[in-house]
Parts: sequence; structure tokens; C-alpha cells
Amino acid sequence: MSDPFPFAARPIIEVQRLTRQFDSKIALNDLSLIVPRGGVFGLIGGNGAGKTTLIRHILGMLKAQSGSLRVFGLDPVENPVGVLGRIGYLSEDRDLPNWMRVHELIRYTQAFYPNWDPKYAEELREAFDLDPKAKVKALSRGQRARAGLLVALAHRPELLVLDEPSSGLDPVVRRDILGAIIRTIADEGRTVFFSSHLLDEVERVADRVAIIHEGRIMLTASMDEIKESHRRMTLRFGKAMSQPPALVGTLACEGGGAEWTYVCNGESEQLRRAAEAIGATVVDDSALSLDEIFVSRIQ
Amino acid sequence: MQIHITTHDKVPIYLQVVNQIKYLVAARRLVAGEELPPIRVLAEKLVVNPNTIARAYRELELAGIVEKRRTAGTFVTHQGSPLARRERMKILTERIDQLLAEALQMDVDLDDVIKLVHQRSTVMNTSRLKELSDV
Repeated sequence: MSDPFPFAARPIIEVQRLTRQFDSKIALNDLSLIVPRGGVFGLIGGNGAGKTTLIRHILGMLKAQSGSLRVFGLDPVENPVGVLGRIGYLSEDRDLPNWMRVHELIRYTQAFYPNWDPKYAEELREAFDLDPKAKVKALSRGQRARAGLLVALAHRPELLVLDEPSSGLDPVVRRDILGAIIRTIADEGRTVFFSSHLLDEVERVADRVAIIHEGRIMLTASMDEIKESHRRMTLRFGKAMSQPPALVGTLACEGGGAEWTYVCNGESEQLRRAAEAIGATVVDDSALSLDEIFVSRIQ
Repeated sequence: MQIHITTHDKVPIYLQVVNQIKYLVAARRLVAGEELPPIRVLAEKLVVNPNTIARAYRELELAGIVEKRRTAGTFVTHQGSPLARRERMKILTERIDQLLAEALQMDVDLDDVIKLVHQRSTVMNTSRLKELSDV
């Protein structure tokens, strides 16, 4: 097969037309996605949108039913060692061996990774205030997340995959996790791929985002592009309208009478010209928050 | 250096950083020759992507507010303040233009607009004084 991505720097994750069905339910629907090397990639979606299913494919825990998936250019199902050895992973339910103590968990995980950095592991353990003698089972939710993060980070992976890393955590632990994401990519060339439904944290740390909904990617772009390419415009028409007149790039529209508010995909200038062309006056034109963009995209 | 980022704001994060540093320079809370925190340090402190801070510093450099020194870090320039003032005047002019356009559309004449501006200024000063005395 010829290489479909003939770039010098090959993307770290390449998903092509991936479909996954569980019984009659379609979890991933003809999904394609490119995650470039370096930076933080945020996967945004609600519950059941397909985030975890996609991540399980990336880790080789699920085999593609149709379509293909490459991580570091390799098939994670056929090359589990070549792929997983270079990934740090924190699952949403943070499944750690409960019977171990923290120091045992660290030693145990270390055995799997030739690149394990014991000094860094110890630094993280201290920073996270984890008691080496504590039983994993007895850890609080936040400490458990920190322990999971420690073992995901200490082999300095090329790719850090985090599934809903801060769900159910207090702000202090969330900050640790986001801080770890930031420090990871400050190390040159590393990539973070994380899923979240907390849009404020995605907005803070992600360079690029993809919106996933019902197993499909609705939008993928850099954070700046996304913010710059969506506007909310309120238009006034010469007379009351029973239906809002069509405007290019409209994602959502609400209002009534002579005044309608459009959420649009496009730049201010071009939308203003389009509004003029349908005989409307722009009475308000503003940017949107990531929350608002997300909602308009999945409606 | 005190910067506060909010994500509920529609202003992109890099621009919030740019605007607040401009403000700090204009308010003399950052003075010529003062060093800004390294990108990585500020990124960790504000919990934002380092590329966002890098972009903010680039914009500030283009605007002449800060300069990169080869071996050291990023410093506030000597021209920082007057440029920041020009910038502030530019922002205010845009707002005033909008206000005037709306006043015209709503058939409110200039004298009434000016009267209203004075009135609002009095209200705001009173409430600010009250805030200060509450502290």
C-alpha cells in the first residue's frame, strides 16, 4: 500500500474510516482523524460520543472492524510492544492493581519500560505527596489519579493518552494533571492526546481539538482557527419573518419577528457581506466561547 | 506579574495575556527593563499551553512593548508605555465610534450622549470608592 501521508513528519496518530459496532450500536462511524506530532490534542465530546472507544483502538485494546489506524506509523494490534512501550496512558476509571502498595506499583510498572526514569518517578511521587507504603486500594480518588499519572509519565512517553483525566476530581488534582500535560509538551516533540467534556480545560491546554459526536468527527482544527471562524450575529430584517432567512454557514439560529440571531461558521467580514446580500442589518456581531461552538456543532 | 485568565470570556487566551500585560505596562506595574517570566514558567502558573504564551509574547514583541534579548529572556522595552497609551487610545476610539453609531441609530444627540457619559462616570466612581472603603 502506498503511504497516504507523505509528509516529512509523519502524524503520531492516523485514523482512516474507522468503524466500530457493538451489537447493533454504532460506536465509531467511518471516523477519520489525524493527530500531528507535538503539542496537545483535545478530543471533545459528550458521554457516549465514542471518545473511549477511539482511545481503546489507539491502545490496541480493540481491533478495527473496518478502516485502519496507525500509531507511530504502526498497527497497535499487531505491534503492541512497539506501540504501548512509547505511550503513557491514564484511563478514565484509573484501573490500578488495588492489592499493591504505591512503591510496589512503581517498581512493577518500571519493569515494563526500558526508558523508565527512576529519578523523575521519585520527583513526581514527592510532588504528588504519595506515601510509598500506602495501599493503592486505600488511596483517595485524587491520590489514585495522581498515582496513575505518575506511572503514565515516568517513562517519558512520546505520546501521553489521557481519557477524561480530570473527571470527578477536585480543582487541586485537576491542576496537577493539567500541569503535567503542560510540562510534558514543554519537553520537545512530545504529544498529548486527551479526551474531555470539560471545555474550559481543553481551551486552556489544547493546541488542536476535534469534536466527536455519535462516533463521528464533526470538526477538527487548531484552537485559534476554531475561535476565529465562528461568530454570533444578530440580524434585523425590514419586516417580521416567520422563518429565519438562510445565511451561509449557519449552524444554529434563534429569534423571531424582525430580529434573528445566527451562530455561523465564517469570518466576520464575509458573514457581514452575506447578511447585507439578504437585506439585513447586523445589529450585533460577537465571538463565541468554545462551549457555545461545541453546542452549535453537535445540535 | 498578576495575570488572570478566564475561559468563559470570548477573547482568546493569548489575547487576554497580551491585553493584561499591556495594561500592566500602562499602569507602571511593569516598568522598562523589567523581565517577564519565562514562557514555560508562566504557562505552568496560568495552566495554559506554552504555545499560547509564546504567541502572546510574539505579539507583544511586534507591538514593541517587549523585546527578546538573545541570551536572557523577554524584557519590557523603554518605549513600552507610550505605545501602550496609543494602543489604549485606539481601543477607546473604536468603542466611541460604535457608541456614536448606535446613538445616531437610536436618535440620541451628541450632547445627551456626553451627559450620559459624565453621569455614568460619577456612578462608577462612587461605587469604586465604596468598594475601596469596604476593603
